Amino acid sequence: MALKFTRNIRQFFIELGELSYFAGRFFRESVKPPFEFKELLRQCYQMGNRSLVLVLVTSFIIGLVLDLQSRPTMEQFGAVSMMPNMVGISIVRELGPVITALVCAGRIASGIGAELGSMRVTEQIDAMEVSGTNPFKYLVVTRVMATTLMLPLLVILGDGLALYGSALVEYFKGAVSFELYFNTVFNALSYGDLIPATVKTFFFGFAIGLVGCYKGYYCKKGTAGVGIAANTAVVFTSMVLFVIDFVAVFISDIFYEL
Amino acid sequence: MKKQENITTIKKDSRTEREVIIDIRDLYKSFGKVRVLNGFNLRLHKGENLVVMGKSGSGKSVMIKCLIGLIKPDSGYISVMNNEIKTLNRDTLDILRSDIGFLFQGSALYDSMTVRENLEFPMRRHKKRLGLVSDTTPMVLEALESVGLAHAIDLMPAELSGGMKRRVALARTLILKPKIILYDEPTSGLDPITSKEIIELMLSIQAKYGTSSLIITHDVDCARVISDRMILLVDGINYAEGTYEELITSTDPKVEAFFKK
Repeated sequence: MALKFTRNIRQFFIELGELSYFAGRFFRESVKPPFEFKELLRQCYQMGNRSLVLVLVTSFIIGLVLDLQSRPTMEQFGAVSMMPNMVGISIVRELGPVITALVCAGRIASGIGAELGSMRVTEQIDAMEVSGTNPFKYLVVTRVMATTLMLPLLVILGDGLALYGSALVEYFKGAVSFELYFNTVFNALSYGDLIPATVKTFFFGFAIGLVGCYKGYYCKKGTAGVGIAANTAVVFTSMVLFVIDFVAVFISDIFYEL
Repeated sequence: MKKQENITTIKKDSRTEREVIIDIRDLYKSFGKVRVLNGFNLRLHKGENLVVMGKSGSGKSVMIKCLIGLIKPDSGYISVMNNEIKTLNRDTLDILRSDIGFLFQGSALYDSMTVRENLEFPMRRHKKRLGLVSDTTPMVLEALESVGLAHAIDLMPAELSGGMKRRVALARTLILKPKIILYDEPTSGLDPITSKEIIELMLSIQAKYGTSSLIITHDVDCARVISDRMILLVDGINYAEGTYEELITSTDPKVEAFFKK
């Protein structure tokens, strides 16, 4: 039991080391020509388009549910007029970025893991290498850049829909107009809420792309390995997202105190 | 189409006076504690069809991947058209690879691309160097016609049968007019009729383009039809070497065991 635990811990650190090396290679390859702009644009479209509906629906429901669940408690404290402030700050600072990132981890990281894993086991990556194209640059750099660029956009759209969901509840339950609701939300938000929340979404996007690519690119054990790559990509990305979120909140809190 | 000539100096085999196009000497490769190649040697002459046979897991595919630079050997000398592989940087290796076609065991067509895009893909890196025109359709059609699949140009790989995939993959290896073609199990997973078609195609390609071929297979029928010379790979070394007739009539127990399995 203890031996297995030690082995797992060792394996975790080995994997972390390999992931760091993979990230280092990403930074080296991403600044060296030739650049794959066409493939980057295709991947941006794929990533954004593939996840848009899911992110919008999830965010809208989160906004509705958050408002519906919080309302009775706020009423008890006589603070129902603070609902837009509470929901707005919660969504923009924390819930919007984290939930969108988790949804994308499930959708994009697993997709990348499975796609690259399948390309690895069917020798498509080797075929690319033989044909004179750097597969790391063509497959990994473009995908990681695409997720890094697309996630902030998805989060902004998701935040908008979540606030709209909450505004709907306020409109029907509290007779609050949309204009009043959104005025209150924007008055409650400051740049100190928006900037750290937006900056961390770039890191979330980077982590989603990097882990998905890492798991797929080094996929082993044939077709069974493709499933493992897709599965572990989601699990590992989710863990990394929470760690990044903790570090981001910790750092932004230091700036708040200053 | 003009090819850069700085990597194509050919040397001659002192024993046979024939041009040596691939030279492998004392090749060693291990994976963990398992030694796959244990001092393997090979010489491919210009215009020759050399078949390397061996049972599954004997290291045939590892050898061919070391040759093309996909796997780094532990030690040994590999030279392709007088260019030692381990001394080449990435750019020079890419240029050399444009002279080598590689037919992968499972065809390895890019799933997300059409047949046309699959064939255009190898050209994108070498377009400028080879002076290719922007409209590559005639070249793609020529390669597809040589495998009898011009009508499949806009299909996706998922819409093709196993034999058609193998033929498209063969067309992809031909697109840059290579001097050498490496075949990794060209007939595996195909029915006997389709296998025969692929073998005939390999022979017609050699006749048309004058390529040299290194064929990895454990299909004895394929080896019989296509080989000028054969090497039997056993325990990581070239255990036996000769023509098909020489090997099939050998009284060595290991050679006999292989051909009578």
